[in-house]
Amino acid sequence: MKRLAVRAAIAVLFLVPAFLPFDYYVNIASQILIAAVFASSLNLLVGYGGLISLGHAGYLGTSAYVAAWLVTRGGLSHLWASLGAVGLTTVMAAVFGVLSLRATGLGFVMITLALGQILWGVAYRWVSLTGGDNGLSGFSRPHPFGLELSSANAFYLFALAVFALAFLFVSIFVRSTFGAGLQGARDQPRRLQALGWDVWSIRFVTFVIAGFWGAVAGVLYADYNQFVSPHVLALTNSAEVLLMVIAGGAGTLLGPIVGAAVVVLLKNVVSAYVTRWVLLLGLVFVVIVLYMPEGLVPGIERLRFRRRPLHRGARA
Amino acid sequence: MSAVALELHGLSKSFGGVPAVRDVTLAIVEGERRLLLGPNGAGKSTLFNLVTGDLPSDSGTIRLFGHDVSRLRADRRVHLGLSRTYQVITLFPKDTLAHNIVLALLGLSRSRFDPFSILGRRGDLWERARLALDRVGLSSLADRPVAQTSYGEQRRLELAMALAQEPRVLLLDEPLAGLSREERRDVQDLLATIPREVTVVMIEHDLDVALSFAEKITVLHYGQVIVEGTRAEVVADPRVQEVYLGA
Repeated sequence: MKRLAVRAAIAVLFLVPAFLPFDYYVNIASQILIAAVFASSLNLLVGYGGLISLGHAGYLGTSAYVAAWLVTRGGLSHLWASLGAVGLTTVMAAVFGVLSLRATGLGFVMITLALGQILWGVAYRWVSLTGGDNGLSGFSRPHPFGLELSSANAFYLFALAVFALAFLFVSIFVRSTFGAGLQGARDQPRRLQALGWDVWSIRFVTFVIAGFWGAVAGVLYADYNQFVSPHVLALTNSAEVLLMVIAGGAGTLLGPIVGAAVVVLLKNVVSAYVTRWVLLLGLVFVVIVLYMPEGLVPGIERLRFRRRPLHRGARA
Repeated sequence: MSAVALELHGLSKSFGGVPAVRDVTLAIVEGERRLLLGPNGAGKSTLFNLVTGDLPSDSGTIRLFGHDVSRLRADRRVHLGLSRTYQVITLFPKDTLAHNIVLALLGLSRSRFDPFSILGRRGDLWERARLALDRVGLSSLADRPVAQTSYGEQRRLELAMALAQEPRVLLLDEPLAGLSREERRDVQDLLATIPREVTVVMIEHDLDVALSFAEKITVLHYGQVIVEGTRAEVVADPRVQEVYLGA
């Protein structure tokens, strides 16, 4: 009963920005949602699969570029451009998955990093295709089912719907029988294989799914900004989303969302007052790593447990 | 005699030029209880790893019920009815005992591919896991994380996971290692409940238990089979007394 009430309260809280009259804050809330979808997709790999990727911006970026390109130069409608972007990026994730999953651990990190840098290089250098440094611009927001999304509030609701879908998917996925295998492959891959599971396929499927939701975040990103530049594919973007996951709590459902909120808020709100906001971002992460190395969400949970030591027993 | 369950022919494996298993040829019939003996470093565990596919062999063939599985992935071999326990315990320490069994059950179930079937609502799996734990006397600990259980309990969980898969060939790598006298008796009783048609190959140093369990014994030394035969034959063999008993 109490859990249900808390959930309902959180749901209402998420709806509030849709009716706020301050565009600036509504837009920040939209950015948080986009970042949360992006970070949640990476969390499947990092938190639940134990596979650290430093190239996840590649999926958001490629999808955003393809969507923008298909609308501005391909002349497609928003719907087809979005479907094309997500589809193409997911296929790319399958190819990248085959390449990256030749290794685990540090090798995997390096391959994902290299592939991400190739994409960045293409966006930066292949000027005739991507517009180079100038990026792609000149497209409007979509009108799904005749709804006008140009206002900050309307777009927030649209982003919220996509976010809710992504969150629902992830929360089912990680608690599914397949998700149990994914977490088993993270903890004891050899043993899991010896129990009849195909560890490689589990990781590959997860890699593609993470790419898919990264691509969904990319379409939102393109629609929100109405502009795409090579910056979206840069290593800093991959590192930032990884920090969101780790700071919020890898392998938890809420961690990446909290991490996304922290990073986006620091980036937007603090940068309005302090020029060296990146320094502050760094300090915040140092504090998190020192005092809550497992991330904010599990860290706060731990503090609550400590205050109430007589909690109900371990749950299955 | 019944059909051959596990057949090894000319199986070899070296680690960096050092041979661990050399030209091993073995045939174990269905329902047989076979003991692998040999001093430390004789290649017994390596032989298990080759049979299960945990390690690739350098040469030779492995047949499981007539199928050549030499180049098959480890998980595919499990689906042909091969299960094992490990000498060094490798469980999922953060998960509960019941969850460990469920992972073993799912390994052979098509639901392992299902990303929409919520594990917590799979009453069928949890019920089967509880029964499997009951069999080894651990059902009262079903909801406890493995990391909070004793070594003896983890050994029994290893066994429960292998048995839950209802294997046709079961490889037991030192199932009694590190157990107290009482725990040994429990495990021994448990081994006696394994259905007769299951083929069991066991590595074990506790000769009292092992000799009473096994019908045939294979002695390995420096990766080679030196003697194979019944209890009486093996114990009487002068080579065995030389290498194994150090006499």
